[in-house]
Amino acid sequence: MTDAVVTADTVPRIAPLYRFQWEEAQACHVLLYPEGMVRLSGSAGEIMQRIDGRTPVASLLTALRTAFPGVDLEPDVYTFLETAYGHGWIRTVAAG
Amino acid sequence: MATAGSVPSLQGKPLWLLAELTYRCPLQCPYCSNPLEFARFKNELDTDQWIKVLREARKLGAAQLGFSGGEPLVRPDLEILIAEARGLGYYTNLITSGVGMDEARVAAFKEAGLDHIQISFQASDEELNNYLGGTDSFAHKYEMARVVKKYDYPMVLNIVIHRQNIDQIEDIIRMTVDLDADYVELASTQYYGWSKANAELLLPTREQLARAERIAHEYQDRMQGRMKILYVVPDYYETRPKACMNGWGAVFLTIAPDGAALPCHAARQLPGFDFPNVRDHSIEWIWNDSPAFSRYRGFDWMQEPCRSCPEKTKDFGGCRCQAFMMTGDATNADPVCDKSAHHARLVADVDRITAQPLEAVRAKPLLFRNTKNSRALMRDGKA
Repeated sequence: MTDAVVTADTVPRIAPLYRFQWEEAQACHVLLYPEGMVRLSGSAGEIMQRIDGRTPVASLLTALRTAFPGVDLEPDVYTFLETAYGHGWIRTVAAG
Repeated sequence: MATAGSVPSLQGKPLWLLAELTYRCPLQCPYCSNPLEFARFKNELDTDQWIKVLREARKLGAAQLGFSGGEPLVRPDLEILIAEARGLGYYTNLITSGVGMDEARVAAFKEAGLDHIQISFQASDEELNNYLGGTDSFAHKYEMARVVKKYDYPMVLNIVIHRQNIDQIEDIIRMTVDLDADYVELASTQYYGWSKANAELLLPTREQLARAERIAHEYQDRMQGRMKILYVVPDYYETRPKACMNGWGAVFLTIAPDGAALPCHAARQLPGFDFPNVRDHSIEWIWNDSPAFSRYRGFDWMQEPCRSCPEKTKDFGGCRCQAFMMTGDATNADPVCDKSAHHARLVADVDRITAQPLEAVRAKPLLFRNTKNSRALMRDGKA
């Protein structure tokens, strides 16, 4: 295992190769890329739609806790963000 | 592809819409997947008819849209169609030879919202590229690939691999590295349409293939994280068929230049079909209710060995066109499968073809894909 790429201070953005959108016919969020599509689960869609290239992970977590009170979502969010990073769906913005 | 945070893909929607805008093309590649009789179809859909197709297919769930042909750049309304498609929420892919493109047009595509441009090369060597394409296009393609990159498009380069260029695979990959491609498709020729007619001159030998595969894998490792290399082996050397189109009428919808709706771009050659036309029917009826699209859906149409085969849910019995071309019956198993009674004949054919020395193969003339040859084939009853 390599060290975690995503920490509370990380600012993720959606990679330029991908387009994130809601697909009515699929009833889910998707990532579209050249000649392909990734269908996202409900929780993955909730995380992705809050990624804007400005918000650090700590603030994403705050927003998600507000939307889904009483859920211990932190481990799942980190797991998903690591996976998304590994697939190249998101990149990290250098801290300024 | 199973990935954390994603859910398995749904069947039953035309997720992939291939819009073959025209059969006109400035190139003459001898492995073109267009039908041999393409010269018969002159009545292209107009702009409004295409817009209707785009809207109806999007409503049914189409998300990926490929503008293809022929050469889609031949259509002066391409920018209009791109803008419409992007507005509808499609991920728009332009599949082009690059001939007919200039920087102003790339800028206009960007403005219209085009997501991705795929440029094909015929070879990494100018002379061979221009010979195979039947056009002096290499220098222009190279220039256009640079322009595509300049406009910040994800760039896919596609090179069809066959006996006459496979030994240059390392040069081909180096060229794609030099062009800074994001994805490279090294696509072995699939034998339909024109490539079937030229199969004797295009099918690589087992030794050529093994070498090419080794080099492709080396570069896959070396370029990891920077460039993705997809290497598609020719299925004639496999023992299990490809899951062609992910199943008939499952995810893939082609609209041919004249408006014919096809479950795959090669399906037109299958006998006994009355493929519906978008001039007469809605996409919804075509996809959900037309006899043509339901004929080979599911598993009930299958014969043995497919019918009782546990792998039928994985490969759907392979390719219907290949089954028809090699056995005369599209409901047979694809002869690529070694469970097929026809597999031994395919192997014998491959051995006979590849036993011919390369010099002898090169000395024979390729049948180039052009209007003159298409008309001649129709006149002689060969198309």
